[in-house]
Amino acid sequence: MIPAARIADEVERTVPLIATSLRDDVLEALQAAYADEPSERGREVIRQLLDNAAAACERRVPLCQDTGTVWVWVELGQFECIEGDLQGAVDDAVARAYEHAGLRMSVVADALFDRRNTTTNTPAFVDVTSRPGKGATVHMMLKGGGSDNASALFMLEPSLGEQGVFDAVVSHVCAKATTACPPLLVGVGVGGTFDTVPKLSKKALLRPIGTRAANQRVTAFEQRVLHAVNRSGIGPAGLGGRTTALAVHVLTAPCHIAALPVAVNVGCIAMRSAMIEVEPS
Amino acid sequence: MALLRQREAHQMREPIRVALPAEKTVLEALRAGDEVRLWGVVYTARDATHERIVAELRRSGVLPYGLQGQVLFYAGPTPARPGLPAGAIGPTTARRMDAWTPALLDAGVTATIGKGARSEEVRRACVRNGAVYFAAVGGAAALLGSCVVAAEVVAWPELGTEALMRLTLEGLPAFVALDSVGGDLYASAPREWQMEVDE
Repeated sequence: MIPAARIADEVERTVPLIATSLRDDVLEALQAAYADEPSERGREVIRQLLDNAAAACERRVPLCQDTGTVWVWVELGQFECIEGDLQGAVDDAVARAYEHAGLRMSVVADALFDRRNTTTNTPAFVDVTSRPGKGATVHMMLKGGGSDNASALFMLEPSLGEQGVFDAVVSHVCAKATTACPPLLVGVGVGGTFDTVPKLSKKALLRPIGTRAANQRVTAFEQRVLHAVNRSGIGPAGLGGRTTALAVHVLTAPCHIAALPVAVNVGCIAMRSAMIEVEPS
Repeated sequence: MALLRQREAHQMREPIRVALPAEKTVLEALRAGDEVRLWGVVYTARDATHERIVAELRRSGVLPYGLQGQVLFYAGPTPARPGLPAGAIGPTTARRMDAWTPALLDAGVTATIGKGARSEEVRRACVRNGAVYFAAVGGAAALLGSCVVAAEVVAWPELGTEALMRLTLEGLPAFVALDSVGGDLYASAPREWQMEVDE
């Protein structure tokens, strides 16, 4: 049993931290890119991004003015249930965290018919799935509008295969990179169904840079896409250079015999996420 | 050797200090790719702000709130912490303002600040009006916010982060992305660094 309030407390505590601190793996990758980037302008952009990470930490100011929508993904142990109204508790936690930490409210009430700001940055976008074991794993991500707008979904012909996925991802990322605040972290989902493949691509962004993919074929494919994206010349902030993306992360899944769904979730340089383990009570 | 020295001098060139609002002659001397530090007054305006500015412009024929000769910064800041003049503030995607920008430049806005490539219409409007478009680094809003020394809401407070605000900048880092002679850094810089995919 896990009270909804326990999860909400973690959300309220964690949201301000991730809004103001760059993920360790992203910071390390950015430092490495600073050493490798051959373009002077590109290096100046990366220098500003490194200074930004330091300034955000020191002044407890958000890394980016777009403090995003909040995604909370609860992986619930198979022996657990959540007691209480999870959505309500998380929304209250998000509203308090955004107010107290001085984060920007960026959510409107309805996409089409009521674009008034809800003034609380709610609703949060909450998913619950199950996993083996006890307790719960709570993932959180703040996703900015610019990079989310640069994301896409393709239902490819299965005959296009690996080359088709490569072409779709590379051409899409190169077309959209500039407005998504590069250097990027590119999340790719392949498989599942029309509705599940985008979530796969978002989950791919949670994996720390420098950690291994599911297997060697995935790793090789990730490297191939990264190599191609970084030869585009787009570079840091889209102002020219070789560091358009820090990493490409791919998650694959089963799918229908007639399908080859592909989703690209473009993660900006202000990649804000965290994972918290919650013990059962 | 002389060529090498020239290249080094070019690469190590100090950023150009630009005081805003600037005379047309100052802006016309800037070239795409120049690194600049912006000082002085700019006004924030995002999507909803643009709709209102353009509606006022159409109604009265002039730019509202003294925006004649001024600079628009496409940004919606986070709230300032107590004791600080500003929170995090960084550029939003300029392309979303492209539909309105030529009319605003024609009416007397002299420069814009944002991120990302612009439309051909905006590039031509910069040439026509001797205007420039500055690119600031997206995702560097804590750093850019530390260059804001004063901020006040000028109009439409009900728009929250999209209200028209007057900011005073001290050395905000940016690059000239569109200049008054048709130069476009977002088009030229990636071409310079592009490589064939070798597989």
